[in-house]
Amino acid sequence: MSLYWTALLLSALSGVPGLFTARKGGTVSAAMLTLAAACGLAEAARVLSGGSRWALQLPATPLGAAGALAFDPIAAFFLIPVLVLSACGSIYGIRYWPDHHENARRLRLLLGLLTAFTALLVAAAHMITFLVAWEGMAIVAFFLVITEDREAAARQAGWLYLISTHVGTLCLFGAFALTAGATGTFQFGLLPAGFATSARGSAAFGLFLLSFGLKAGVLPLHYWLPSAHAAAPSHVSSFMSGVLIKTGILGMIRLLSWVPDPPLWWGGTFVALGALSGIMGVALALGQHDLKRLLAYHSIENIGIILLGIGLGTLGRSTGHPAVMALGYGGAMLHVLNHGLFKGLLFLSAGAVAQATGTRNLDQMGGLAKAMPGTARAFLVGAWAICGLPPLNGFVSELFIYLAAFQALPWSRSPWPALALAALALIGALALACFAKAYGIVFLGAPRSPAAAAAAEAPRSMRVPMGILALGCLLIGLAPGLAAPALDRLLQAMTGRPAPPLATLVTLPALTALAGLLLALGLLLRRWAKRGASARDVPTWDCGFDPATPRMQYTASSFADSLVSAMPWALWPQVRWRKLTTLFPWPTRYESHLPDPVLDGVGIPLLERLAHRLERLRFFQAGHLPIYLLYVMVTLFLLLLWTAV
Amino acid sequence: MFCDSLIALTMLTNFALVTTSRVAKVIQLAVLQGIILGALPLAMGLGVHPHILAMALCAVAVKGWFIPFLFRRALRRVKTQREVEPYISYGASVVCCALGTAMSLMLAHSLPLAPGTTHPLLVPAGLATLFTGSLLLVSRKKALTQVVGYLVLENGIYLFALMLVEEMPLLVEAGILLDLFVGIFVMGIVINHISIAFDSMETHHLAKLRD
Amino acid sequence: MAEPVLIRSLHILLQVLAVLALSPLIPGLINRVKATLAGRTGPPVLQLYHDLAKLSGKAALFSRTTTGMFLAGPVATVAAVLVASLLVPFGHLPAPIHFQGDAILFIYLFGLARFLTVLAALDTGSSFEGMGSAREVTFAPLAELAIFLGFAALAKASGSASLSDLLASPGLAHARSMAPSCLVLAGWAIVYLAENSRIPVDDPNTHLELTMIHEVMVLDHSGRPLALVLYGASLKLMVLGALILGLVLPRTGRPWLDWGAFGLGQMLLAAGVGVVESVTSRLAMAKVPQFLMVGVLASAFAFLILLV
Repeated sequence: MSLYWTALLLSALSGVPGLFTARKGGTVSAAMLTLAAACGLAEAARVLSGGSRWALQLPATPLGAAGALAFDPIAAFFLIPVLVLSACGSIYGIRYWPDHHENARRLRLLLGLLTAFTALLVAAAHMITFLVAWEGMAIVAFFLVITEDREAAARQAGWLYLISTHVGTLCLFGAFALTAGATGTFQFGLLPAGFATSARGSAAFGLFLLSFGLKAGVLPLHYWLPSAHAAAPSHVSSFMSGVLIKTGILGMIRLLSWVPDPPLWWGGTFVALGALSGIMGVALALGQHDLKRLLAYHSIENIGIILLGIGLGTLGRSTGHPAVMALGYGGAMLHVLNHGLFKGLLFLSAGAVAQATGTRNLDQMGGLAKAMPGTARAFLVGAWAICGLPPLNGFVSELFIYLAAFQALPWSRSPWPALALAALALIGALALACFAKAYGIVFLGAPRSPAAAAAAEAPRSMRVPMGILALGCLLIGLAPGLAAPALDRLLQAMTGRPAPPLATLVTLPALTALAGLLLALGLLLRRWAKRGASARDVPTWDCGFDPATPRMQYTASSFADSLVSAMPWALWPQVRWRKLTTLFPWPTRYESHLPDPVLDGVGIPLLERLAHRLERLRFFQAGHLPIYLLYVMVTLFLLLLWTAV
Repeated sequence: MFCDSLIALTMLTNFALVTTSRVAKVIQLAVLQGIILGALPLAMGLGVHPHILAMALCAVAVKGWFIPFLFRRALRRVKTQREVEPYISYGASVVCCALGTAMSLMLAHSLPLAPGTTHPLLVPAGLATLFTGSLLLVSRKKALTQVVGYLVLENGIYLFALMLVEEMPLLVEAGILLDLFVGIFVMGIVINHISIAFDSMETHHLAKLRD
Repeated sequence: MAEPVLIRSLHILLQVLAVLALSPLIPGLINRVKATLAGRTGPPVLQLYHDLAKLSGKAALFSRTTTGMFLAGPVATVAAVLVASLLVPFGHLPAPIHFQGDAILFIYLFGLARFLTVLAALDTGSSFEGMGSAREVTFAPLAELAIFLGFAALAKASGSASLSDLLASPGLAHARSMAPSCLVLAGWAIVYLAENSRIPVDDPNTHLELTMIHEVMVLDHSGRPLALVLYGASLKLMVLGALILGLVLPRTGRPWLDWGAFGLGQMLLAAGVGVVESVTSRLAMAKVPQFLMVGVLASAFAFLILLV
């Protein structure tokens, strides 16, 4: 317990020394957060390897209501990405956001507070504690999103984020009220037997889904995510994408742990939402040309994959198939950790690229692998992992979810396992397309703009956290058997009964052996192919014309164009193009932009029309003070009459 | 008995407030009402407990000295003597006030009171004073008179509080007084600014701030 | 059925040798069939071996725009497909390595090969390779979907997630599963043509940039990397062919007969590809997704038939 509190306090106070010192604030906060991470990870490892869990009741004080904390395997597991990503982010931030940048001190303080609030949230076992940590997290995240408060885009992103998260909190209040009404207490615990199937239970489930879905970025509640994650500083974005949206998943897991008998349609809802988020998320990512927006949409896609796993696990639980349950939940939880690792890595390297070139626009980058080899390697590991390709960690978690679908197919009468399978296949292939585009356009080829040509490698303190995260991806990918016992304990805490161990369901040593074989073959063949090399100074084949200019290369938009235009029912790209009509071409412009369908396609026009209609209510705003007072008096009088009658 | 006469006197001052057109007179009447109400706890026959005495002294001090002091300060800066014609004419105001008092009496009759309440006349008096205060706030044009209306409103709330004087802790009563004090203070500043900005104390100029 | 360890290791050895040594025969066969149907003599069946030997001796040129990623494409194609060949059953014998979920690993190894090939293509900074990569990643989702839906149908019939069980399941020999297996076969045949860049999806003999998909991605390779590219293409033909043959070949229960049938099946498959290439023409680029969609729908219908 003391290790946990040490971690919490160290992270909360990590930004405070920086307020007083002139120059070393970044190093101090990084050191404190790393120490906090060490303490917290030790505690988490202890609980996940079978150690005793602890619980703490917080008494009611004049300042606050009662509360409770419980450090069970769920809390331990979710604590890992929280601390790892915040420590890596703060080390990264030493040179990425040095003291002379605007709001550097505020940023460090808030990042520490955010870590502390999130660490509090994962261990919360009482509704009030949960809500306090939830709100604290949301507000601190808002201030972090608007760190660059001079940019109008950042401010707008912050407002959108704040409004959305507060709508979610409101729904959470309602859901907690319904649940507490059924159990009679505010403590987290098992719900009464028939609650899940009752009308109140379904209403509570809907509200929980709304609030946790808003937080996690499930389509169609994702609209705040791309702008918020793109506007925040990169190490904050890595924390938000890697951890903050997972708190929505944590909420869903807590809900599922209270319900011993989830109805069948819960699993189906999760699968449907997961398929929708996954496919639409990656489709929208394809059309983006802002690197960080692209990564944000991929977070939506990966939340979809996690939901697919949760849905399959719930289906297995409802129908009494423990293997499917274990694989589904295990895959989803492993993907939570994996996504935290590789998405954090991708955002950190994207930040390095954006800082080196001064832009986030993909179409102005290129050839950065030569100037920034370390960053390029890190991004490659991240891209490799997020596409779910062997032998890295993304493949392992997706394999679990695939297996859950496969094992559900023979006995299932519903379309959900097949839908999950088809969705996963499509998501995997589209993600491959998107990240081939992202890595290829940014790092390979020739620089497309002078800024890209002048880029320099990121400093070592920015590359070290990337290396740590990449190592994590590699480790879990090559030796997934190491994570299996922890996942088994996590599953037991989630479902309350022992599940078949994952090691018996998937032959993990075979994966490791094949990964080793793949790498060995790759290295051998590479050595053989390199031996025949001679000249290295020839230009790329250009059909014998004048040497090709870098501007002749494929851009990101052109790469994704055929896929984006193949889905006009889902993506509505806006293209502005002065077409060439005469014989001899003159300079022209082409501009394409993919707006978010939920926000720009449906939400904003609807709200504008509503605002127009509500203009008529302006009549009541007379401007005269006495009239306003009259409104108050009349209302009071009417209320008095009502009580009297 | 004595207490009921004081309460009736309060309701009479309501009528007087509504008909007066001179600003200084309105302030004096409001102060008078405040002093009456401040002394009322001692007349309610509850004995001379320390906290009741303290409350009465406090109320008299604030409403009898402090608030008139603030008003005089505000008046000195703004040199007016007379109220301009209000939205509801003086005659109509009296009729409204009478209607309000009648309605308070009827409402008080149908509102359920706890059994064993002494001085049931406090409820209609409180409601009537509340109504008078709001009438002043709504119908007067000058800011100072509106502030007096606010003062009268608070007096009405105070009357309600007197019903619970034995149960109510000192903290809540002090809170009401503080609320009053702060409100008047702030309004003094606001009035000053309004008159500087618009060269007049009439609040309908504030409508220019409308969106 | 328990097999003696010696026989099992012999089978494994045979499979590995067949993959390594006999794969380059298949493109030779295809070209020979095409030439015969066109009335020419055509190159000898062993031509690819000669080409590989020649290229291995030649020096390779690397463009100055490229980085280390340039070699990753050819290397990954060969390495990934070699590992995948260990997962697929030849004939009706179980694969050298089989476990639950190896079907998924199989497909994702091909995905890995595709990912690194596309990156190697983009590494050159040429608009030709960009064109090819864009097309390749556009058609890949449909092909993968078709394969996975086929796996879904087979899994529903056999209840397993391992290739050795999916393909060798006796469940498919039942009369009830005739229609689904035919549909899955149709879908997978389309994917076979797409993955190996054969007509009607892609023309392996064209060198017009506007019509190439796979050929243009490897335009800048030379020497040993090009040898790896050609060898990898032949490996893909053999390994994906084994996938289809697993569905088609009847079970005899005698291992050596199964091996013979497998060999014969590969030759017939190669001949079939040659015939298809000679008889049909390349589809317009816009029609290729529709063609692949037919494959997806075939697999989907196979699954639906088994569902209801």
